[in-house]
Amino acid sequence: MGCLESLPYEIVMSRVSFSEARDALSRYKEKYDVQPGYQIFEIRLIGVPPVRIAVDGDAILFPFTKPCHGTFLIKVPNADEEIEKLRKMKK
Amino acid sequence: MTDSTQETPSSSKTALILLGCPKIPIQTSLVLYLAHRLKQTNIHTTIAGTPAARQLIRVADPAGHYIEELMDLDACIDELAEEKRKPDSTFVYIHNDAGISYAATVQALCATRLYVLIFGENASQLEELIEFPCTIIADSSMHNPMKLKKKLENEAPWDV
Repeated sequence: MGCLESLPYEIVMSRVSFSEARDALSRYKEKYDVQPGYQIFEIRLIGVPPVRIAVDGDAILFPFTKPCHGTFLIKVPNADEEIEKLRKMKK
Repeated sequence: MTDSTQETPSSSKTALILLGCPKIPIQTSLVLYLAHRLKQTNIHTTIAGTPAARQLIRVADPAGHYIEELMDLDACIDELAEEKRKPDSTFVYIHNDAGISYAATVQALCATRLYVLIFGENASQLEELIEFPCTIIADSSMHNPMKLKKKLENEAPWDV
């Protein structure tokens, strides 16, 4: 599994429930639903289906769940490749 | 006891115990108890968890009487996603929202008989969040494992 620390990430929400993160992601205009285990930057997403991912400009936002600390909503800029992967998947 | 993936005979049944945060005291005790019951029925069991959860298990069973294989939680999720690991039964220990997310992920990734053991003061609220197919064994206990042990005995997943 990949490591979040290798990315220039920003924490948008911290220590929330998975559903709170999903609700926040639902407010973005461009969003995608994937299955748990979907890999983004080689990180496998953990969560209750559907796992929602949002796009904001060139940034991608996704839920990141840690066993002891709950879910974090993470924003990673310059995510063109991952955004393209999602857009292709939807076609 | 090993710390890495190991081959198991194709004829034997396998189980996976998935552990998140070890904050609630009864977790370690109930993991060792379940591992013991599974081992008694020749079910090869792997325990995957966070580093702290694994160390609690390792220290409590230094000679490996009850545990057979320990592995990292993220590595285990990778193996389930890549279909390198296909446990017949999986037991996810849950006392917080993240535990629900891990159980749902296991359910989505592989065809396993899924059991969730929910405990701690928020057990009933967490139980309401489960909307995926699984067997729920729940009790609000935090320190005394006896009620959950009894419920586990009633379910007897090692006999399935």
